Amino acid sequence: MLDFYNIDSLLSEEECAIRDSVRQFVDERVLPIIGKCFVDGRFPKEIIPEMAELGVFGANLPEEYGCAGLSNVAYGLINQELERGDSGVRSFASVQSSLAMYPIYAFGSDEQKQKYLPRMAKAEVIGCFGLTEPDYGSNPSGMITMAREHKDGTWILNGGKMWITNGSTAHIAVVWAKTNGDTSDKSIRGFIVPTDSTGFQAKDQKGKLSLRASDTSELVFQDVELPADAILPRSGGLKSPLMCLTQARYGISWGAIGAAMACFEEALEYAKNRIMFDRPIAGFQIQQERLADMLTEIVKAQLVSLHLGRLKDAGTFTPQQVSLAKRNNVSMATDVAREARRLLGANGILAEYASMRHMENLESVYTYEGTHDVHSLVLGQAITGLSAFK
Amino acid sequence: MKIAVCIKRTPDSESRFKIAASSAAIDEAGLKFDIDDFASYAVEVALQLNEKQGPGETVVYAVGPDVVQETLRKAMSMGADRAVQLKTDAVPYDGLAVAKALAAELESGGYDLVLFGKHAFDTSAGIVGTATAELLGVPCVTAASKLDIAGGKGTARRELEGAAEIVEFPLPAVVTIDEGIARPRYPSLKGIMAAKKKPLETKPAQLGPVRVTVKSMELPAERAPGRIIGEGAAAVPELVRLLQTEAKVL
Repeated sequence: MLDFYNIDSLLSEEECAIRDSVRQFVDERVLPIIGKCFVDGRFPKEIIPEMAELGVFGANLPEEYGCAGLSNVAYGLINQELERGDSGVRSFASVQSSLAMYPIYAFGSDEQKQKYLPRMAKAEVIGCFGLTEPDYGSNPSGMITMAREHKDGTWILNGGKMWITNGSTAHIAVVWAKTNGDTSDKSIRGFIVPTDSTGFQAKDQKGKLSLRASDTSELVFQDVELPADAILPRSGGLKSPLMCLTQARYGISWGAIGAAMACFEEALEYAKNRIMFDRPIAGFQIQQERLADMLTEIVKAQLVSLHLGRLKDAGTFTPQQVSLAKRNNVSMATDVAREARRLLGANGILAEYASMRHMENLESVYTYEGTHDVHSLVLGQAITGLSAFK
Repeated sequence: MKIAVCIKRTPDSESRFKIAASSAAIDEAGLKFDIDDFASYAVEVALQLNEKQGPGETVVYAVGPDVVQETLRKAMSMGADRAVQLKTDAVPYDGLAVAKALAAELESGGYDLVLFGKHAFDTSAGIVGTATAELLGVPCVTAASKLDIAGGKGTARRELEGAAEIVEFPLPAVVTIDEGIARPRYPSLKGIMAAKKKPLETKPAQLGPVRVTVKSMELPAERAPGRIIGEGAAAVPELVRLLQTEAKVL
């Protein structure tokens, strides 16, 4: 893997070792099967136990919950390597770690943490995250899913969620709902909803042309009865799910680099070996400019995410800084993937090459976890002090 | 059981190799080094034996300069309990010199079993394991594709051309490990963090005299470019003729 700027020298020996271990796993277990999984529209469930054994789930959460207690930079490197395999594989890990385990860790009771986190680290319990609704994507504060508390403290949940990664695989869903008829976003609370609850339904979303090696579902809640301890006691208001998204977006900023690295490496290898007009196409100025642009953008993105990770480890990062990294790096990766695909010529449309798969996947990554456009507005607000949302 | 595993740091076998200016070594610039594949099988075998048989200790040894500490740490991140570096400026080519350093160290270690890879990718010599056994005065089984230990005795399977043999031996013993015996585990992320805290001891290597050295190395001659003889059935007679007279493979 080309490290043109010797960025490895900015990583600790452990961070390099962690990256290399996940890299080897992806090379040996993901890359040989993922093209076919994408074509078949199948998430490779068979790799989940090995990912758990490796320790990727909740890797930056504390050891007392059976997690690896890694730095945020190490967590980022894991995401980079997983998405070098496929955005769907990285999405699975992101959802399990940042969107299902993190809210239980951050907003859950001690009992909830003890009950779920160690089993989720081992992937004995798989989670999903329900925030987005069919009519409320970029504007989650308008959600209509509602939980009402009975006199005995138990709850009844009604509503639905859409675009839920791992939805049909999950054992529990962390569902965000307004409460007790209050339609303001201040009433939003998080609930741990077992997916075998009566009235809970997960339907696979069919016909995707992106993230085909990933489960995406629609969740429907019809009078789902929940025990009193289903609520995440420390959650309160829209801020809680947004905190989860900040965690996930941080990881995505790294993941996108991995996808771009895979495309760049593929393009470079192809360009050196593909003979046209009696010489490798890597010797032509057009391809050299393509490769130079790709590499430059990858190096810039690596430095952005690495610095962001160090800020996160120091506890001084802001959600707006995460927006910048997610927005830049995913957009960068979509461009790199497209240019790599073009460099590959006709071969580039085949599933045996990775660039077009990444290109298609990255359109989802560009759109989820805060669309590129919404992150523009977040940055606009941070720069000008004026909100474009209200 | 107390098991020692002697490991070697070798370049990634999928690298593109160049010969160094000295013409007697490979150019190490830009090469990625890691634990040798066969050595990683040996580490995996040791870990599995100790996991299966209850409390034990797995100790990894490597001869070489400080860069081998990274390789030792990788073995500890897979699960080995501690590591010993036998420090030298460079790893001598002469396997017997290396074996003397290892035997001097292992002799008083009280090991039930000493494991090696059957050979290392960089020299393919396969001397160090057998020579160490000889120096320790213990039985040696080479290229084991299966290894069981019970009641102070070992049983190993060895693959032969068209057959296999099962051998028995008393402990302590040296066994060198063939590929396919067990898939080495990925160092888990927790294991990598834990390895930081495991003891890694450095001692000077008591190397034996170095009597064998590499005089020069050469890469295989470049293959001549392919040739298109013709197309379709009409080209077959000419193709057969060339395969017989020029390539001499028919």
